[in-house]
Amino acid sequence: MKKYIDTGKKDTRSGFGVGLLEAGRADSRVVALTADLKGSLKMDAFAAEFPERFIQCGIAEANMVGAAAGLAITGKIPFIGSFAEFVTGRVYDQVRQEVAYGKTNVKIASSHAGITLGEDGATHQTMEDLALMRALPEMVVINPCDFNQTKNATIAAAKYNGPVYLRFGRPNVPNFTPADEEFVIGKAQILNEGKDVTIVACGHLVWEALQAAEALEAEGICAEVINMATVKPLDETALLTSAVKTKAVVVAEEHNMAGGLGEAVAGVFARTVPTPVEFVNGKDLFGQSGTPSALMAEYGLDARHIVEAVKKVLERK
Amino acid sequence: MYDNKQLQEVSTQVRRDILRMVCGAKSGHPGGSMSSTDILTTLYFHVMNQDPKTWTRDGKGQDMFILSAGHMTPVYYSVLARAGYFPVSELATFRTFGARLQGHPSVRKQLPGVFQASGSLGQGLSAACGLALGKKLDKEDNFVYCLCGDGESEEGQIWEAGMFAVFHKLDNLIAMTDWNGKQIDGPVAEVAGEGDLAEKWTAWGWNTIVAEGHDFDSIAKAFELAKAGKGSGKPTMILFKTEMGHGVDFMAGTHKWHGSVPKPEQLEDALRQLGETSLGDF
Repeated sequence: MKKYIDTGKKDTRSGFGVGLLEAGRADSRVVALTADLKGSLKMDAFAAEFPERFIQCGIAEANMVGAAAGLAITGKIPFIGSFAEFVTGRVYDQVRQEVAYGKTNVKIASSHAGITLGEDGATHQTMEDLALMRALPEMVVINPCDFNQTKNATIAAAKYNGPVYLRFGRPNVPNFTPADEEFVIGKAQILNEGKDVTIVACGHLVWEALQAAEALEAEGICAEVINMATVKPLDETALLTSAVKTKAVVVAEEHNMAGGLGEAVAGVFARTVPTPVEFVNGKDLFGQSGTPSALMAEYGLDARHIVEAVKKVLERK
Repeated sequence: MYDNKQLQEVSTQVRRDILRMVCGAKSGHPGGSMSSTDILTTLYFHVMNQDPKTWTRDGKGQDMFILSAGHMTPVYYSVLARAGYFPVSELATFRTFGARLQGHPSVRKQLPGVFQASGSLGQGLSAACGLALGKKLDKEDNFVYCLCGDGESEEGQIWEAGMFAVFHKLDNLIAMTDWNGKQIDGPVAEVAGEGDLAEKWTAWGWNTIVAEGHDFDSIAKAFELAKAGKGSGKPTMILFKTEMGHGVDFMAGTHKWHGSVPKPEQLEDALRQLGETSLGDF
């Protein structure tokens, strides 16, 4: 199978920080807002270079969403940054009214998403954010897989006219996609071509999917791996093209079983070409404190569990 | 710029519109609409730098207004129509299927004059902060106005916005509160006891003005004072003392007309009390 090289582990949130700076240099309308998490969101470089365009909101996320909407109405391109839980669940109504229904060009930069936030525990580990944001009409939902892709997705989000939810994480993870590959919103990437099974993944689970595909190859199973970084709008063509060939699908995501990428993909097959689907996700559970890697293993979110799911789905073909 | 006589004429017509709109739709919020009528009439016909002919949603080159208390669409739509943003006849479509005049303000139907959706209370002041900051970043001179309710001010986000506006020195932001002392469930003092809003906004660091919301001289003077605050580095809050349901005796001063619709005979009585104007009904 195609080899992917980890060029050195990096956090995806730093990819956002670099992307934000580049987007800010390319377009003076880009502004950044945070609710007392400038450092965590890696906005320091942007704030240093564009002090007037960096807007500190204090620990008041609800107002930050509204202020960003107002700025967008005047023609700015605001990125609002906080932890994933606090820019979704905490302010769901504000995002719904001011950003989605209000049709404002606000970009929601959502860091520390999922269980890999780690030691802070379940209060901060949202596993429900994709479901919340997917449910909003017209909201674009992106969960890139590594540092480079997060940077490129940030630049693409700035160029796109409309609300975007951009989800990324805290831990250092393998960085394996090309440094300057243009991110196309709504376009899936076929990372490996296969014929026996399709593994669809987003975010941190994409690397795990590649590891799983390697392990499966050693057992004579040829897996197609799709990086579905854009969770909404979903690239249905890529899904159908692949599933018609492989006739079995596994979806892997760092998210609760309800409302995430898994259910989105299953929905496509339910109304088009019925195809067996197995799921690798956080089930219906809250997280807890622990190191990111221990939590991924404990909650069944690693390559080993993807391999198991593949074997299960192959029996259903 | 309208004089008091002209403003009174518009206000009377707007109150007639409000009642005829909610009776036509058999739903809507007349009480707060009637308490804030004189404020919005003065704002649009005497104070704001606005022009329906060149209006765009980004508000470039003009003053902007956000209705934070989004349920007061009857007064908002009537004032916008009377100011020339869309045909007065369109007021008859209020709250009907397919209408641009949605129950609460929407940008989805592209109704001229509406900058942002509102109705989920406590959020409009934050959006107004963003507009004011946007104008500052663009080095634009115009003001941003925002009308809140006193009941609405029980929402915590109002006070988040209050802190933000001071910290970012938004002296081009003029917020107003329709201080009628009533909300759906009863008098504000009995529902949530939010206390003296003048003390609270002063303590929050705002340039705070208290004015009589049914006295055109008092309203105009408050706006003059507020505009003079530009350069002070402080946002302004004008607390307009008003009466819910003002202008019709059986509606005045009670929370019961917050979201209730007059019966046909009550409408007839109310319209007789208000009297006809030279502007004419829609």
